[in-house]
Amino acid sequence: MTMSEPVVVLRGVTKRFASGLEALGGVDLAVARGEFLSLLGPSGCGKSTLLRIVAGLAEPTTGICDLRLAGAPSKSIAAGRIGFVFQDPTLMPWSTVARNVELPFRIAGRVRAAERDRVAASLSAVGLAGFEQAYPHQLSGGMRMRVSIARALVTEPDLLLLDEPFAALDEITRLALNDDLLLLWEAHRPTILFVTHSVFESVYLSTRIAVMRPRPGRIVADLPVRLPQPRDRGVRTSAAYAAMCETVSTALAAAMAQAPAP
Amino acid sequence: MKLGIGRRGLRLAAPIAIGIVFLAAWEATVRLRGIPPYILPAPTAIAQSLWTDGPSLLGSLWVTLRITLAALAAAALFGGGIALLFARSRLLELSLFPYAVVLQVTPIVAIAPLVIIWVREPFLALLVCAWIVAFFPIVSNTTVGLNSADRNLLALFRLYGASPGQILLYLRMPTALPYFLAGLRISGGLALIGAVVAEFVAGTGGAETGLAFRILEAGYRLAIPRMFAALLLLSLTGIVIYLLLDWLSRQLLRHWHESAIAPEDE
Repeated sequence: MTMSEPVVVLRGVTKRFASGLEALGGVDLAVARGEFLSLLGPSGCGKSTLLRIVAGLAEPTTGICDLRLAGAPSKSIAAGRIGFVFQDPTLMPWSTVARNVELPFRIAGRVRAAERDRVAASLSAVGLAGFEQAYPHQLSGGMRMRVSIARALVTEPDLLLLDEPFAALDEITRLALNDDLLLLWEAHRPTILFVTHSVFESVYLSTRIAVMRPRPGRIVADLPVRLPQPRDRGVRTSAAYAAMCETVSTALAAAMAQAPAP
Repeated sequence: MKLGIGRRGLRLAAPIAIGIVFLAAWEATVRLRGIPPYILPAPTAIAQSLWTDGPSLLGSLWVTLRITLAALAAAALFGGGIALLFARSRLLELSLFPYAVVLQVTPIVAIAPLVIIWVREPFLALLVCAWIVAFFPIVSNTTVGLNSADRNLLALFRLYGASPGQILLYLRMPTALPYFLAGLRISGGLALIGAVVAEFVAGTGGAETGLAFRILEAGYRLAIPRMFAALLLLSLTGIVIYLLLDWLSRQLLRHWHESAIAPEDE
């Protein structure tokens, strides 16, 4: 991948919570347009905090977080230019699937035919056409997560932030959603920041992996993933995939060895 | 069930059977021991009184019911409104909530005479008393509900640039609805109790007499069967109010809230 202009630039970002906990200890990171970057690390390494800072949901204690999104002024919460998927589906249980996905438009104050079409398109992109009028409690965990992804994609964001979105799902659902996410990324090419603690998932999905160590959170390795694209399930059994997983695992083990014991 | 009736049947049959056994034992005790009706009337005597005094008791019930329903409506309206104000301003909540608690913990029997002196219009005086008892569960529950919005959903609303009004309308209020309805179900019973207590204190008040005053009056005249009949009507009214509010709650929440989703739906 050619290093085009960065979409996200972090310089010396630290985060100390009111409790005194130092979540991030100086993070420098540049994410290029169209990149699929995984933040990989053990729990407590500040991955989620970093993602919230990028989303503008938290302020860094020191350092700079600079966003350069198309058509949006730098460093503002660019409504609709960022999509966010949490570890839980985070749906409104009182609203139907369609109403949940339509939420960004409803907040923006325009839900007309064009927006309804985009809701339908977004739902069919995640394989949920026909479920518009269902309520979240009628869906399986995997389907709820698909709704959550459809909602994040409906505004066609430049930047998609995913915070361990598949961690709570079973292995089969997880693999299926991995493939769907790759297809969606290849179709629209948003820049993706993907938080995970699974080595195999990060290697399969990403074009680049930033390995983090905990207490305080820091990026200790920055590894490009040179696997063929577009990827499909065949990649998972290739020798190159196994070798990359080995490399990343070693980097993660080294990161853990540097950190104080939990 | 080995008895040949389903679980649902048992839910109805078991309490009814207990009720019949209890009434039969009551009737037998009164008859066998010759207890006079002014000490303890037999169920049949109460039923007879309910039949003969029924129309006039129903008229009184209507008076009490009007106060109860008006107080409940006012409690829902102002209780919900106050909770919304609290949600908009933390300062307002911190300043005023303790006084709502004061109003709640002070026995209504003690405040009622003052209210009746201050508010000249009898209907309004009784309404105020019943409202004081009924509004607190709604304020307290709805306030908790409005503050219970999912943190990640709140973050998402902020990410999409939602205004405080939109967060209230699309997120906090739907979250609070089950809490509000739970408060409403408690307040339904309390409004009736408040109306009865206020009537006890106020006495006859105006031209119309409510059910509570009829109970007092029957007590003075040693018309104990009529007293029991009036009491029975009050209990039935309370049950009906509860069932109606429970039904309303289920209707409003049936699509999404755990408390109201039918098991077959899952």
